[in-house]
Amino acid sequence: MIIASNVSKRFGKLQALNNVSVTCNKGECIALIGPNGSGKTTLIKSILGMVVPDSGFITFNGNNILHHWKYRSDIGYMPQIGRYPDNMRIADVLDMMKDIRGHKGAMDEELVAAFELDKLKHKRMRTLSGGTRQKVSACLAFLFNPEVLILDEPTAGLDPVASEILKEKIITEKKKGKLVMVTSHILSELDDLVTQVIYMQDGELRFHKSIEALRADTGHEKLSKAIAHVMLNTAL
Amino acid sequence: MRYVFFIWLLLGATVTLPAATLRVGKGGNYPTIMTAIKAARNGDTVLVSAGTYREKNIIVDKRIVLKGTGYPVLDGEKKYEVLSIKADGVVVDGFRVVHSGVSSINDMGGIKIYDSRDVVIRNNILEDTFFGIYTQYGKNCTIENNRLTAYAKEEQQSGNGIHCWKSDSMHIIGNTISGHRDGIYFEFVTNSVIRRNTSFRNIRYGLHFMFSHNDTYLANHFERNGAGVAVMYSHGVKMYQNTFEENWGDAAYGLLLKEISDSHIEGNTFIKNTSGIYLEGASRIRVVKNQFRNNGWGLKIQASCMDIEVARNNFIGNTFDVGTNGSLVLNTFNGNYWDKYDGYDLNKDQVGDVPYRPVSMYSMIVEKNPPAMLLFRSFITSLLDKTEKVFPSLTPEGLKDNRPMMKKLF
Amino acid sequence: MKKIIKYVMADILRNRIVLVYLFFLLVASFSVFSLEDNSSKGLLSLLNIVLLVVPLISIIFSTIYVYNSAEFIELLVSQPLKRRTIWISLFVGLAGSLSLAFFVGVGIPVLLYEANLTGMMMIGVGLLLSIIFVAIAMLAAVRTRDKAKGIGVAIMLWVYFSILFDGLVLFLLFQLADYPLEKAMVGISALNPIDLSRILILLQLDVSAMMGYTGAIFKDFFGTTSGMVISLSVLLAWILLPVWLSVRNFNRKDL
Repeated sequence: MIIASNVSKRFGKLQALNNVSVTCNKGECIALIGPNGSGKTTLIKSILGMVVPDSGFITFNGNNILHHWKYRSDIGYMPQIGRYPDNMRIADVLDMMKDIRGHKGAMDEELVAAFELDKLKHKRMRTLSGGTRQKVSACLAFLFNPEVLILDEPTAGLDPVASEILKEKIITEKKKGKLVMVTSHILSELDDLVTQVIYMQDGELRFHKSIEALRADTGHEKLSKAIAHVMLNTAL
Repeated sequence: MRYVFFIWLLLGATVTLPAATLRVGKGGNYPTIMTAIKAARNGDTVLVSAGTYREKNIIVDKRIVLKGTGYPVLDGEKKYEVLSIKADGVVVDGFRVVHSGVSSINDMGGIKIYDSRDVVIRNNILEDTFFGIYTQYGKNCTIENNRLTAYAKEEQQSGNGIHCWKSDSMHIIGNTISGHRDGIYFEFVTNSVIRRNTSFRNIRYGLHFMFSHNDTYLANHFERNGAGVAVMYSHGVKMYQNTFEENWGDAAYGLLLKEISDSHIEGNTFIKNTSGIYLEGASRIRVVKNQFRNNGWGLKIQASCMDIEVARNNFIGNTFDVGTNGSLVLNTFNGNYWDKYDGYDLNKDQVGDVPYRPVSMYSMIVEKNPPAMLLFRSFITSLLDKTEKVFPSLTPEGLKDNRPMMKKLF
Repeated sequence: MKKIIKYVMADILRNRIVLVYLFFLLVASFSVFSLEDNSSKGLLSLLNIVLLVVPLISIIFSTIYVYNSAEFIELLVSQPLKRRTIWISLFVGLAGSLSLAFFVGVGIPVLLYEANLTGMMMIGVGLLLSIIFVAIAMLAAVRTRDKAKGIGVAIMLWVYFSILFDGLVLFLLFQLADYPLEKAMVGISALNPIDLSRILILLQLDVSAMMGYTGAIFKDFFGTTSGMVISLSVLLAWILLPVWLSVRNFNRKDL
């Protein structure tokens, strides 16, 4: 569904992406893992067209995404830090996004209900806590029933209850055959979710394995342990 | 007793020889004006009915009244001087004089008065004439209520509207002149009056004075002439209640005074001229109770002037009130109203307590470097002007009004 | 596009700074008209507001707004929207709101007190300057990643256009006083939208003096209809060029 071929990107001295090639398919739930500054977010942004690669290309359903924009209607994106126009209310933001996307199909407002945003909908965005903003971001990502979900640190700042709701939602969507890409620092959260793991370091793709293969290779059941194992080994 | 008899004889003579009226044109005895004039005697009236008369040069050499009814057209066919007056006391009234010849050798006019006195030219319409009404060696002639229109494009190929040369005691009243080189031109004309004329859109000057002394002009209106009004090399000129309006251009002035002395300018209005009054080599002139409004420069006084008294005038909305090119000041400013004055009046006598300096720094800069006008009213130039007010360096020290008025004078 | 413009404008108009700006203009305009004894003198005082304050507020507010909207822009870019659409909407939203503030704050008082050709020219020029400096601000903001640096650039640009440029021109005029500079001056004035605007107003306000020495050139250029059309086209170019450049930059920008 999404194929990145030899994608490289430099920010000044920093080589954010170095010749990264990835293939992502429907029905997969991919964990994008790596230390800080390993290029995870840059990869996601490249897929979204927010960062333009220096070389290499990315295709979405077989079409090069460069200079295209319509493909993004099939993606739901939840940014690491979601910030919205200060003066808008939650309801305004939701309405605005609906308005802008002009989505024809059914809306998925399950999360809006689960997070009980209705109660807060008259609050201005500038008055919201980081967690509530994350909730808004999550709702927006799922709202249009997209085929692909890209979630950048989705649970950061969320309380455990909300975190759990979100995880459940991700699992449901995955079961519907959607492609989900998640980055997270808290690896324990990803255990029950992921089917694939992409491990990145210093802008390079170290490995892309199914979770089963990873478990088999490292002999650890828990994702966190398995990754720690890998990191130790690569460090050696 | 002998005198009485003499007067009786004179009166009797007129009674016995009554003034005849000779009719020309439809229903008249004379087919042409020339034949009628030939048949006329002094004191007769030649009455011309409507129609077009092409009689080359018509010469009036008798003391007659030449009167048109229904504006008969006298056509010079672009070759001839239309009407030449060569007798005293002739009256020309009610004609439409068109298409005079053009000649730069003998100054052809629509109507030309040669060496005559007491001639009256009134209520005529002149169109497309080279010179309009031309007088040489005229005395006590009246040119009244005529309308002169020419369509000249260049200075060289056009003559003046009302042109007087070496004349005396002329009365130029209520004429409307446009499209000529100069609207009214006086050269060596003395003791004359120019009153209630309107002179507009002439190529050069609305009114042009040369070597003409002791003349008065009042209540005239001069508008949009190429260079405004020029009074040069004359003395004893009185200018009252005239209006000078919208005379724009590099060398355009509401009123240009050059080498003139002992003159009086009062009650005039100067509106939207590049320079309201421009004085060069002028001396002993009183400029009082005039209105200067929305001019580029209200007054421009060159350093060659002396004893100019500027008093009790209103200066309102001018870009620059006064401009000058030197630092020597031999002129006085007193009791004028300046709308740019921002002084105070503590003793409430309607006179500002600090003097007003009407020459701004930027007007000095523009005087030296004309293109700098493009930067006028920019932040940097306002800054320069403000600095100059605190530390005067460029503007002439002595040029100031010690008694600036707090309120408009009239 | 309309939708985004709508949201940007709604957001800006709710912003207190724009309201304060509007209020300031309104108070300034009404006070100059009621304090001066004749209203054409009031217009003269307003000229400084139009030529100094309007560009300053437009450029600084727009720059800050673009930086503060970085996340919002990011959000929009991740949506199925053309980048050009997003950027132009942002421009139209900013330009529209600031012009509106100017129109209410200065335009309405001018229409009440001096509804003549000079007043109209003042309003027209003020609107154009508002839009031009939004365009310049957007170019400055898209080319400078750092917010503090971007705002610095914006202020420097304002200082340059409203003060330094004229100083330089004045200096040049005196250095090259022996050459016929009239025609060149007309060309040079096109390099600064504030100067061009000022001259257009001068031609109304000080027409008598402007028609003086250099009259022939002004009459031939600014005075004619084609000169007016050219001047307005140059001002429009001052809008279009920065917008076009900033769109090109934004299309390639990494967020």
